[in-house]
Amino acid sequence: MHIVVCIKQVPDSAQIRVHPVTNTIMRQGVPTIINPYDLFALEEALRLRDKVGGEVTVLTMGPPMAEDALRKALGIGANRGVLLTDRFFAGSDTLATSFALAQAVRKIGETWGAPEIVFTGKQTIDGDTAQVGPGIARRLGLNQLTYVAAINGLDLEAGTIAVARRAEGGVQELSTKLPALITMLEGTNEIRRGTVPDVLRAARAEIVVWNAAAAGITEMTLCGLRGSPTVVKRVFAPTPRATKAEQVEVKDRPFETIADDVMERIFAAQPALEAELLRTAAGY
Amino acid sequence: MTTPPKPAPAAGSRAGMKKELPERFKSYQHVWVFIEYEHGEINPVSLELLGEGRKLADKLGVELAGAVAGANREGLHAVAVEAFEHGADLVYVVADPILEHYRNEPFSQVLTELVNTYKPEVLLLGATVLGRDLAGSVATTLLTGLTADCTELEIDDDRCLAATRPTFGGSLLCTIFTLNTRPQMATIRPRVMALPPRQPGRTGRIIEHKVSLREDDIVTKVLRFVADRDSSKAQLAYADIVVAGGLGLRSPENLQHVRALATVLGGDWGGSRPLVQKGWMPADRQIGQTGKTIRPKLYIAAGISGAIQHRVGVEGADLIVAINTDPRAPIFDFAHLGIVADAVELLPALTDAFRKRLSVNRLAG
Repeated sequence: MHIVVCIKQVPDSAQIRVHPVTNTIMRQGVPTIINPYDLFALEEALRLRDKVGGEVTVLTMGPPMAEDALRKALGIGANRGVLLTDRFFAGSDTLATSFALAQAVRKIGETWGAPEIVFTGKQTIDGDTAQVGPGIARRLGLNQLTYVAAINGLDLEAGTIAVARRAEGGVQELSTKLPALITMLEGTNEIRRGTVPDVLRAARAEIVVWNAAAAGITEMTLCGLRGSPTVVKRVFAPTPRATKAEQVEVKDRPFETIADDVMERIFAAQPALEAELLRTAAGY
Repeated sequence: MTTPPKPAPAAGSRAGMKKELPERFKSYQHVWVFIEYEHGEINPVSLELLGEGRKLADKLGVELAGAVAGANREGLHAVAVEAFEHGADLVYVVADPILEHYRNEPFSQVLTELVNTYKPEVLLLGATVLGRDLAGSVATTLLTGLTADCTELEIDDDRCLAATRPTFGGSLLCTIFTLNTRPQMATIRPRVMALPPRQPGRTGRIIEHKVSLREDDIVTKVLRFVADRDSSKAQLAYADIVVAGGLGLRSPENLQHVRALATVLGGDWGGSRPLVQKGWMPADRQIGQTGKTIRPKLYIAAGISGAIQHRVGVEGADLIVAINTDPRAPIFDFAHLGIVADAVELLPALTDAFRKRLSVNRLAG
């Protein structure tokens, strides 16, 4: 079976800093990582492949340096890496991104066999939209399974898959037909360490690099800025509140005294709260 | 798997980007809220969005409509009544046995068909697992713009929706427009908008829309639904009192002090994003932009620095108390009460203080 996993190289957001004066992102020296949510998708794909055989192709769209993310994925055990990179993709919003990725998945299918499953993470840590997975599913006509916590059954002969997915207020168990798109929930598995042969192979493996034309994309008006219905008008830091926090005196005071002071001020600010707490404490 | 927002264009360049709206979209009018209705209940986020949608509709001088789909016609009519009392002027109701449980395929078809038939200019959905699953499909089918997890919605001078959301991992905010397509779609997380007051007796129009769906055409089947046990994690977003910890707690064991104070106060507890990333607590306890948004009466942040992504998740609290050893921590910029102290030491003292106060009064009472 053929599985495609879409991943994204993202800045390690824990290390992003904002310039205090200009409010711009200071990118210098911020390391990049594979979007952590995508690793759950990659691991699930590798597990399925190990169980039933086949290949895992990892796909990413990004600048040339996104090749690093693919190489990491190969080192973890993926069979093939495809980098979709073209200046025409710059400025893509989620709709334009899903268009380009869907076209690339189509091309991957033509080249190495149509995938039974396309995986993505549930969202990225930089965009946090969770929109691209459903976008790819819709464009390719794949059955959409988002927030999947577990794959309960896979029958390649019948072409069916059963999953448990996070739903509102519970877990929904679904069955559907392949091909399907799965966005994988976090915490559902643990990414493996690559084997030594995989890591060695990854270092010298050839990454497939496609520009728009190579991926079979001809409608350039659907790509990048031109293909994006949304536009970011401005980026800004939130305005601080006019008044800063009222500070509780702490110097030379024991913690008990500070705590009493804090409690009194909380009740002074929220008189109704004290009454409510007392009612609750009294066992109502 | 998503794209970071584009950098802000230079000042003045937006006029060039904002082309005339194509003729076919000019008839798009009114503000819509997709109402989540499952297992016989309305998701509270839908009522919160009706409150916000009302403001947008008033500003535009148009009507506010709800759209709801399900199997039980009577239940759906009760939803409509609830929607009217929370600000809707009309509700589109789609009743069909196929819509008993949420599934992407039939719900996407229904919402897409409603949009194409009645043409709203703004469509809001909750940024829940259901709302995100649905919005992504529908926006792609309609080839229109969708902005996720908005924290603020405005109507600009050109009658366009200005959707503001955190960006770059929550370190900055950005305002996003949908230029030349309609509807302008946005998702908003639960508790980001305040629940509007109910107006008993307020009524509106119900418009029943028939769809022709056949179960045989829907390949995805629901095998089973296992409801969550009524655990506190479902209630964190709606708790009246929340105590949360951050990296200032220094070790995962010290989260016990957060839980202890929350217990004494009869509230719930959570933490900032780094605690999830470090594996100190499960993701459903995370408070902030990418976790839960809360609007409690009292929020106590212990050892949390207050990055923007955290701030947007707690700003709706009535009273924010911050404990941090760093007097320059950004949390003091938006907290109401600040204590420059070690949370690990102060939390147990606070727990004792509240416990004493509440138990003394119980004896006295």
